[in-house]
Amino acid sequence: MRTKRTSALAGAAVAALLLTACGGGSDDGGDAAAEPSASEAPTFEAGTTMAEIAERGTITVGTKFDQPGFGLKGLSGDPEGFDVDVAEYIAAQLGIEADGITWVEAPSAQREDLIVNGDVDLVVATYTINDKRKERITFAGPYYVAGQQIMVGADEDRISGPEDLKANPDVKVCSVEGSTPAENIRQYLAAPDQLVLFAGYDECVSAMQTGQAQALTTDNVILTGYVAENEGEFKLVGEQFTEEPYGIGITKGDVAMCEFVNDALASAAEDGYYEESWNATAGQYEGSELPELPEPAACS
Amino acid sequence: MDPVLDNLDLFWSGFLRSLGIALWGAVGSLVLGTVVAVCRVCPVPVLRAFGTTYVTVVRNTPLAVVLSFFAFGIPTLGVNASYYLFGVAGLVVYTAAFVCEAERAGINAVSPGQAEAARAIGLGFRQTLTLVVLPQAVRSVVPPLGNVQIAMIKNSAVVGGFGVGGDLFAVTKRLTSAQGYPLLPVLTGMAIGYLLMTLTAAAGLAVAERRLAVAR
Repeated sequence: MRTKRTSALAGAAVAALLLTACGGGSDDGGDAAAEPSASEAPTFEAGTTMAEIAERGTITVGTKFDQPGFGLKGLSGDPEGFDVDVAEYIAAQLGIEADGITWVEAPSAQREDLIVNGDVDLVVATYTINDKRKERITFAGPYYVAGQQIMVGADEDRISGPEDLKANPDVKVCSVEGSTPAENIRQYLAAPDQLVLFAGYDECVSAMQTGQAQALTTDNVILTGYVAENEGEFKLVGEQFTEEPYGIGITKGDVAMCEFVNDALASAAEDGYYEESWNATAGQYEGSELPELPEPAACS
Repeated sequence: MDPVLDNLDLFWSGFLRSLGIALWGAVGSLVLGTVVAVCRVCPVPVLRAFGTTYVTVVRNTPLAVVLSFFAFGIPTLGVNASYYLFGVAGLVVYTAAFVCEAERAGINAVSPGQAEAARAIGLGFRQTLTLVVLPQAVRSVVPPLGNVQIAMIKNSAVVGGFGVGGDLFAVTKRLTSAQGYPLLPVLTGMAIGYLLMTLTAAAGLAVAERRLAVAR
């Protein structure tokens, strides 16, 4: 059965209204967001990626499996978080229920390759939009703008922002080797030795706990997770001093798909799903603020 | 090779950092290794037991475990120092066990008659060792000690992963992961950096071997 796309969307909106009332039944966490309901038989122009995915009835999504609040794979087997919810909403717009989604782990270094090789349809994985990456893939969105911030011990009063690091060369700053935040912080340091680098943020946290490092810097959303996890031990200081817009990675040049994803994001913001999902995932950590959906960038 | 040529200054600073770690490692492990070797051959049972225990424990522990012990274990006891110091200390402690065994092999290679003759003319333990045995042991020790030191230079790449940073290996990660340079040329640049160090060390050892050689 083929209907016009507009009427399908209207039908979906009605279905969404009906289902949010009784939704949430399949969630195992208490305050998780309501499941988005799949559009019934949406139609797309033949030959587009959307038509192909809708026809197939399943979608493969790359996300982080180790990022609290965005994509964290727990004991339940399926990842949970804001990125996961965003992907589920987009899948629903394509007429695919949550059980039709195959999750693939997308570590930072492999995200472009997953898309270029066609292993996934989408990558929603705290994926900062930048020009280097745009050479190989196309970004839809952004759907969130993160920013780099500094976390220090709860009783630290010398540091109130990156500008204070030069004056306090005995404050060692920890970050992850080869990461963008580690590169960004270098210009604020008194000497290269002030930066301590490890393979993961967990080592940085333990270095702070044993007095080997006094600060940790990376995207605010990761830091708020650590502040919440180690109650009373750490605090965030200063403003966000970079902008990391998170986008959704798709095949390079797929403008129709990009526009479709942007429309889906806009409708998620409109029907309250965006806010509800944020509050249930990344927004549950103290110190995180409810974001507004950023203006979408032009699709190319 | 553009990624390497564009970042020559970064590679150079990484090379100096790795070289520094390796030089401290060489000096430290030779001193500590010799002390442990002397313990293992000396007549005092307590020191002999210490030397044997040290070698048995350290030589049979993976380097990464020794380094973790220094970088993550010691701070939990309330002792703080730079990761550079912890890293070099771990490398020294680990390498010293091998230095000790190489030197002990050299000492054992000196015929027992030499030590007996030294004692017969009234030399004590210290004089026997420093005037008679060690000078002869040094010759046969150069090749195995060289092996140990070259292995140590290569092991210094592991030290960089324990919070030290700034070494050749860290530079490679920075260029490929954060700045998006292709992997192969950058890895090649790093390999050349380590080869410069190990090949120079090998050449120096060849010279030392020739100088110390005597006809027997």
